[in-house]
Amino acid sequence: MKVQIETLNRGSMMIATLHGELDHHAADNVRGTLDREIEATRTKCLLLDLRGVTFMDSSGLGVILGRYKKMQALPGEMVITSLSKSVERLFEMSGLHKIMNIYKDRETAIQALKEVAK
Amino acid sequence: MKATNSMSMTFSALSENEAFARVAVAAFVAQLNPTMEELTEIKTVVSEAVTNSIIHGYGEKYGDIYLHCKIVGDSIELVVEDHGVGIGDVEMVRQPLYTSRPELERSGMGFTIMESFVDEFDIESVVDRGTMLRLVKRIRTPQSATHHEV
Repeated sequence: MKVQIETLNRGSMMIATLHGELDHHAADNVRGTLDREIEATRTKCLLLDLRGVTFMDSSGLGVILGRYKKMQALPGEMVITSLSKSVERLFEMSGLHKIMNIYKDRETAIQALKEVAK
Repeated sequence: MKATNSMSMTFSALSENEAFARVAVAAFVAQLNPTMEELTEIKTVVSEAVTNSIIHGYGEKYGDIYLHCKIVGDSIELVVEDHGVGIGDVEMVRQPLYTSRPELERSGMGFTIMESFVDEFDIESVVDRGTMLRLVKRIRTPQSATHHEV
């Protein structure tokens, strides 16, 4: 099962919406696609929208943490939005919710990203 | 006494089979009437266990994964076994954020997630022989939900 990634460029911001099951099998493709888009658009602000993620495990956490580190290194910013209850639980369990900025809905996330990008 | 209901399967240690394994176990467990949350937890632990065998047990080598699933009362017992490299220090791998392969962008949370989502969790491993994980999860469905069977 492949994870579908939709990307949308909004000014200097890139919004990537993920759909599908984010496990180890999907991880390489997600990593490759996101990294290619980040490099091609030279964006410094990435919004990861997880509304379509129906399953995730620690491999998914690894990919998200990897993209977060990549954005920080640019230096840039990455925020996450629209987590399902079970995905949110994994973030809490791993402590990643304390490192990354997570927002309930996309509009709040966009506003927050605009603020930090100033 | 009711006979024990069990299920076993053997499949190649390929990442394509991660989704297959968790969906197969979820379908088998459905007869215990788990909640959506319990089902998600079971799928997640199967995914973690199978992924570990693929990445760490066999690495880039070919091998088989053996999965056994048994219903014991209101619990599900899962055994995931590989004949891979084994784990040298079992206590070390259980530590949160520990990963033996940082180059792969692993979160190091696999064992922590498995431990939090089940009621019993054991690791048996012999270096160069393989690893066996045993997980037991009780399904806490309220009795009233099962009273109307036909």
